[in-house]
Amino acid sequence: MSFKDLFVSFFRTGILGYGGGPSVIPLIRYETIDKYNWMDDKEFTDVFALANALPGPIATKMATYIGYRVGGAIGAMVALLAHIMPTAFLLIFILGGLYAFNQSSIVMGMIIAVSPVIGMMLGLMAYEFLKKSWKGLGKTLSIVMILISLGLLQLLGVHPAIVITLFILSACTKIFYQNRKYRKASQHPTMNRSVGK
Amino acid sequence: MIYLQVFWVFFITNILGYGGGPSTIPLFQAEVVEHYKWLTLKEFGDVLAIANALPGPIATKMSSYIGYQVAGPLGSILALIATVLPTAVAMVFLFKFVTLFKSSPYVKELTKSVQPVVAVLLLVLAYQFLVAAWESSGWIHTAILALGSFWAMERIKVHPALVIGGSLVYGAVFLS
Repeated sequence: MSFKDLFVSFFRTGILGYGGGPSVIPLIRYETIDKYNWMDDKEFTDVFALANALPGPIATKMATYIGYRVGGAIGAMVALLAHIMPTAFLLIFILGGLYAFNQSSIVMGMIIAVSPVIGMMLGLMAYEFLKKSWKGLGKTLSIVMILISLGLLQLLGVHPAIVITLFILSACTKIFYQNRKYRKASQHPTMNRSVGK
Repeated sequence: MIYLQVFWVFFITNILGYGGGPSTIPLFQAEVVEHYKWLTLKEFGDVLAIANALPGPIATKMSSYIGYQVAGPLGSILALIATVLPTAVAMVFLFKFVTLFKSSPYVKELTKSVQPVVAVLLLVLAYQFLVAAWESSGWIHTAILALGSFWAMERIKVHPALVIGGSLVYGAVFLS
């Protein structure tokens, strides 16, 4: 184990991983399993599963855990910083440069032209989430939940954080009641409902 | 005070951002543009565009830039810490119980329940950007850029960084 390896591998995955989370995971997998043999496939899958289950950015969570696993607390710091710092600096640098010239009509034109493209990219991301929701919750429930969140957010102006918390709480309540029903039916209280495989 | 606000904003947005990077974007916007008014929607769009064109995780790039813009280098560091630390620590401590998470239907249920909200949030934000574009560059340029980028990304699968680059060139030539 060396911190240099950790630094190099997470620097590489940070710089080469285009398009956020999903594109980086195969790269991290290659570095951790094939190249440096830090863990086996099973453990990596577990790391991915947990990173996916917790909120916030996925790749940074994986970098932290793998760094921690390889080199303790310092390893976690090294992997995390190597993963996020280079592109964070680059963004500050590029936008600083762009705004330094914001008197120029060319830069103004560039800034104006980017809005519709961003609108389209966000629309496509929204579509991805719609598809996932459609698959996970089914058609009817998806539409109902979309209408509820649209009403809360746009008509009543409820803060998004509150709407998300409400939805999480309602899912928790649903699970709680399902569990109770299941326990009553089986007469064998268990921690988890077994998942049909 | 400003440091506290920066920390709080990036802490709460990432705790609630289920589903990775994209789900945190509308939450960032709600706090940074609408609530605290640190950036205008246009500036937020610039940050999003360049962050999208660069490699690496999107949430950390955006939070470090916005933190820097609002409260200097220390703000940048605080925003980054707030973004990554809470869940990173949770990751290390909860890993012992990973089998519990994997087989549990709870987590899947939670993620599923948040997806419709995230979809709506992203859709509203997309609409706001298209309206802003319409107002500043007229409907012809907006239509060309929006449909052109859709065609490039979805039909011929051009890399997003190239699409952003292409729109910058278009703006420099036709909108300056």
